[in-house]
Amino acid sequence: MSTLEKNDSMPTTGAIRIEDVVKVYDPDGAAVMAVDHCSIDIPAGEICMIVGPSGCGKTTLLNTIAGFHGLTSGHIYLDGEILCGPGQEKAEPGSDRIVVFQNGALFPWKTNLENIAFGPMMEGKLSKAEIYEKARKMMVDAGLEGTEDAYPGEVSSGLRRRVEIVRALMNEPKVLLFDEPYRALDSLTKSVMHEALLEIYYKNKVTIFFITHDLEEAIFLGHRLIIMSSRPCKPKKIVEVDIPHPRDYSVLTSPRFREIMNEAKGVVNEEARKAFEAGEKEG
Amino acid sequence: MSQSNATMNLTMYRISSWLKSPKPYLMFIGFGFVLSFWYFSVEVWKLPRFQDMPALTEVIEEWFSKDPYYGLSVYTPEYYKHIGISLRRIAYAFFLATALGVPLGLFLGWSQKLREYIFPLFELLRPIPVLAWVPLAIIMFSGSETPVIFLTFLASFFATTLNTMLGVESIDEEYSRAAYCLGASRWQTFVHVVVPGAMPFIFTGLQISIGVAWFSLVAGEMVSGQYGLGYIINTAYIMVQYSQIIIGMITLGLFGYVTSALVRVAGDYMMQWRVRELALGGD
Amino acid sequence: MNINKVLSKFSARATFRGVIAIVIFVAIWEFGARSLDLIGWRVPFIGLIPPPSSVLTSWSNLIVEPSYWQSWYMSFLRVFTGFIVAMIVGIPLGLYMAINRTFYGIAFPSFEILRPIPPLAWVPASIIFWPTQEMSIAFVTFLGAFYTIVINVLGGARSINRQYLQAAQSMGASQWDIFRRIVLPATLPSIVVGSAVGMGITWEVVVAAEMISGGGSGGGASGGLGFFIWSSYVGGSYEQIIVGMISIGIAGYISSELLRKLGGRFTPWLKTR
Repeated sequence: MSTLEKNDSMPTTGAIRIEDVVKVYDPDGAAVMAVDHCSIDIPAGEICMIVGPSGCGKTTLLNTIAGFHGLTSGHIYLDGEILCGPGQEKAEPGSDRIVVFQNGALFPWKTNLENIAFGPMMEGKLSKAEIYEKARKMMVDAGLEGTEDAYPGEVSSGLRRRVEIVRALMNEPKVLLFDEPYRALDSLTKSVMHEALLEIYYKNKVTIFFITHDLEEAIFLGHRLIIMSSRPCKPKKIVEVDIPHPRDYSVLTSPRFREIMNEAKGVVNEEARKAFEAGEKEG
Repeated sequence: MSQSNATMNLTMYRISSWLKSPKPYLMFIGFGFVLSFWYFSVEVWKLPRFQDMPALTEVIEEWFSKDPYYGLSVYTPEYYKHIGISLRRIAYAFFLATALGVPLGLFLGWSQKLREYIFPLFELLRPIPVLAWVPLAIIMFSGSETPVIFLTFLASFFATTLNTMLGVESIDEEYSRAAYCLGASRWQTFVHVVVPGAMPFIFTGLQISIGVAWFSLVAGEMVSGQYGLGYIINTAYIMVQYSQIIIGMITLGLFGYVTSALVRVAGDYMMQWRVRELALGGD
Repeated sequence: MNINKVLSKFSARATFRGVIAIVIFVAIWEFGARSLDLIGWRVPFIGLIPPPSSVLTSWSNLIVEPSYWQSWYMSFLRVFTGFIVAMIVGIPLGLYMAINRTFYGIAFPSFEILRPIPPLAWVPASIIFWPTQEMSIAFVTFLGAFYTIVINVLGGARSINRQYLQAAQSMGASQWDIFRRIVLPATLPSIVVGSAVGMGITWEVVVAAEMISGGGSGGGASGGLGFFIWSSYVGGSYEQIIVGMISIGIAGYISSELLRKLGGRFTPWLKTR
């Protein structure tokens, strides 16, 4: 919390509070606990990086916030209002919390521009002309000019990710939920994506809930790292990243970066090993 | 790039690369084998099994003669009349089956509730071979046209509905989730995600559907029809005009292929995004 | 809340809904078929066919008749013979086409050209060619399944992940080894799927062939369920038509299930999570 600049440019909405959330799946009658009494407090405007080994339940947590499925017990609040809890275990998906998916969910049958205009068009409050004008402007701002009439299948995956983020931002969400969005990209494209994401963040301050297993990515982007244990998922360690924003890639080689890396690495590796061994036992 | 332009380009690219490969030559070698085998077995070696079979030369002569011995060649109007009638029946049946089957398939795929009600009934009726319906169709419908069209319709209908439903089920769940996040209602998601997303599967289903339609049409025409290609084949057999049988078969094959290709081209035209995606990815 | 109870409640509701729809369907059928007697006006289309109650009566009479089961036997025999021959010829052909590009270039276009010709259109030619009626029906049946199986085998073989092949080669496998241990097993799922679809088509063709050749050239010896339906029609026992239709539906379903179970045995790896 202390790494967030307390100035006027920080948003007042988008604070998430995860309180003692438990999620138990029961596929085929064998109960599987994915999330185990998880409690996290995310202030408005924070870039919160959720780090942990694959399959530990981080996506489950994200899905619960997004409203794709319900929780078993506990509460989740958005700006003090309850999103889901006992009695209403499943939140409604909505444009205040928009997800950017791992494999990208741009609609292949719509052009980039049509994709970006999708949210407001569905809402129907503005006229088509107004929406498209705003969409074009946002594309120019994000450096996507010229790709408006292309289909997602025609452009590079890096560009697709950026279009998807702009699509989300068109709806002025309070929270952006990222589910390992850059996992499938090569590291060169990834670096470009990171800087692009930060640029977008500086222009549109939203709360960011970002799942990743890439420690470097987490420290570079985030205000805070929450390192999760292997399944079932529970916050194990919180690492503050007190490198000031705005950041650029020179940060990667700074001594402070390396210190934080060391601090976090031990824990992450330990959990990764546990998850690996658990997988071995199952197999 | 305009819509028809992209399709044209893709088609031209496909044709030119095909011509440059060894494929056309191998193809003709293959045809050569089949045709020479036919020619030799019937006319030169006079193999016992093939005694009564019409000869290749006989068929070609008959097909292209101005005054055919048995009455049908490319020069006689009756030939085209039969073709036209078969085509007309296919058109009625196919379009009706598509108009009913696609919406039904879409709703069955989309609504769990509807599927629970209707799908068991559907699956009970589907295994009954279309031809088994012939006597019932004759009893139910007056005249000789309607039963034939009904049978053809039935076959197409089952194929179209099933494939459309499977298509909807194959759509990646993330697309609808993204739509919900962006504020779309269930109906909006249906229109903007499910319908376009299912299109590729729908068109594959339609190609199957038209193949099945021809299958049933021929059967229906052979059993109870007065004109059409199936009727020609059957009559030619009864009246011992064997070369006509072959002419009928070849014509069937030709138009079966052409109609199927038409469906595929229509699909390409309606799914520009797919065409462009494929064009970029190479063949 | 007990998990098993939840599960059983869920599927019970779904079954209930399915059953309701079927019951309504049968009810409409019964009412429509009897409409002339019940309300004095014949409902179009449905009013002309026998009602389910008479169908059931007719069926109960037929179950004790050996000729009825003889028809079952004949049709099953034809379906499986044609199908097995189609597999014996089709699977190797498909695999060879997948492996050998030259052969593919020669054979596939001819195959594709002949494919749009519906198997039934081959019936007259088949009758002329083959000495016995049985063989001509078998040939047409074979054709029906043959095309589907080859297409599915081809599709399956061509979509084999190239890396499997490269891995095998780097481990020193011979061509034959690669074929036997990689290509064949990898294609098996497609073969199984192709068989299931091919089975459906085979039934269509068998029934059609039985109706056409049995009905057309007066072959009383043909038998089979298709012939049964046709002769019921000709003989005026309309209830039996529907009995025949339902019987074939059931027979088709049984054969597809058998095939699926059998296919599952050959591809155990598909069952693991």
